[in-house]
Amino acid sequence: MGVGIEVVSLNAWYGTNHTLQDIHLNIPANHATALIGPSGCGKSTFVRCLNRMHETNPIARVTGTVRIGDLDIYKDAKPVEIRRRVGMVFQRPNPFPTMSIYDNVAAGLKLNGYSNRRALDEIVERSLKNSALWDEVKDDLKKKSGASLSGGQQQRLCIARALAVDPEVLLMDEPASALDPVSTSKIEDLIFQLKSQYTIVIVTHNMQQAARVAEKTGFFLNGRMVEFDLTHKIFTNPSDKRTEDYITGRFG
Amino acid sequence: MRYGDQRVGEYKLTTEHKMRARIRALTDGAATGLAVLSTLLVVAPLVAIFVYLVYKGASSLSWAFFTKNPAPVGEAGGGMANAILGSGILLGVGSLIGVPVGISGGIFLAEFGRGTKLANAVRFTADVLNGVPSIVMGIAVYSLIVVPQRHFSAFSGGVALGIMMIPTVCRTTEEMLLMVPHAVREAALALGVPNWRSVLSITVKTASPGIITGAMLAFARVAGETAPLIFTAFGSPNWSVALNEPIAALPLQIYVYAISPYDEWHRLAWAGALVLIVLIVLAVSLVRYVTSRGVLKGAS
Repeated sequence: MGVGIEVVSLNAWYGTNHTLQDIHLNIPANHATALIGPSGCGKSTFVRCLNRMHETNPIARVTGTVRIGDLDIYKDAKPVEIRRRVGMVFQRPNPFPTMSIYDNVAAGLKLNGYSNRRALDEIVERSLKNSALWDEVKDDLKKKSGASLSGGQQQRLCIARALAVDPEVLLMDEPASALDPVSTSKIEDLIFQLKSQYTIVIVTHNMQQAARVAEKTGFFLNGRMVEFDLTHKIFTNPSDKRTEDYITGRFG
Repeated sequence: MRYGDQRVGEYKLTTEHKMRARIRALTDGAATGLAVLSTLLVVAPLVAIFVYLVYKGASSLSWAFFTKNPAPVGEAGGGMANAILGSGILLGVGSLIGVPVGISGGIFLAEFGRGTKLANAVRFTADVLNGVPSIVMGIAVYSLIVVPQRHFSAFSGGVALGIMMIPTVCRTTEEMLLMVPHAVREAALALGVPNWRSVLSITVKTASPGIITGAMLAFARVAGETAPLIFTAFGSPNWSVALNEPIAALPLQIYVYAISPYDEWHRLAWAGALVLIVLIVLAVSLVRYVTSRGVLKGAS
């Protein structure tokens, strides 16, 4: 089951560049939440702060509090533990090129020392079914490399890989921006199904996509969160002038 | 261009087009020709050397060459069995030292020490080491190992070859690791895989074909080295497998035979050179075959 995320006065820097400024936000459990905003507004940095991937860059720095469920992720836990509870899907599909489809999905468990073969088989099957890829790959699980799949299939493989470690939260950083419309709609259908089990945070450039998949939407601009509300309110009746300008296409 | 001029414009365009197409075709032909010529120039010396070796050496190859030790001066016959084995042992010891140290160093440079002073110092040292003449390497190992032990040994020869392998293996490993896309590392980290595990199981594995090529390059390079062995392995006319005794090696044996005044030995030197090259090619191919199967297994 998913858990809620509570963000209190989060600030983030890349070197001297203050990319996130004083973000306060409550992300509801078992819903999809979309983050929109122009390029460079900090929305990717924001999701990377939710699984402590931001700090993998040596010049990056974070302050503030992020609570995922009961866990204060910057105080109570190590990054590797957080990342097992908070899965991430990236903009470009990034399967492990030397691994088979099966090993890609099992990677998170295997690399953390999990080796029960039968349980792994089950988890791989369940994860691939959950990411709607099972029927397309079940015959060459161990024969084909993950890199041999099409772009859309690779992205669903990456989703399966993230689901296999059984996270509570799934972060998606523009998961469909490198995909064609058919693959994009498959990913969106998937988000629809997955949000009953996981808390989903999706960064997107595509406002229609946000409107289609998310209950709540946050608008980021220049490192600040301008507005956070129910998605239909953001798109039909935003309270902030800047949000309205953005969604009506006056900038960005 | 106005709509009414279209026909005229089109006609003009086609003549110009044809001319440009011809120029392009000529440039293309010239570039392709140059590339083919360069390829031939690269391959030609290797083929020439090989053909000449076969011409000079093949006739002296016999069963005895592979099974017998060198015959004493004045006696006919004899072979290089001990030198072939000796080279194998020396290269084995060298690889056991050079490959692990080189790969570990490369992993440090690319993954853990990136941007640190220590890494820069290590990289600089490796580059300098790469430029140290092999005879100097021989003397260095001579004074570090042979002199204190008071005898030549297979071990000291292996150490000399191993040290010579380190910089090549180290730098190619670093380069290959740096070529692994950042996205692949991030994917592993985002799964909650600790950094060291991600480096070993994902990054190094992804780069392994290139790393193996680097190791093979270093292996092939030192396989023909004579100078570092003169003061260390020293050479031996006898059968020997002991690491603490002098040992024969193909390049040493070739050297001794080639500068001798006897025609018989000259022929054996040619045969030895041919065998050395063939063995290097075989060893490199074998390692490539075995490891590529391993990689496929991992991917299947």
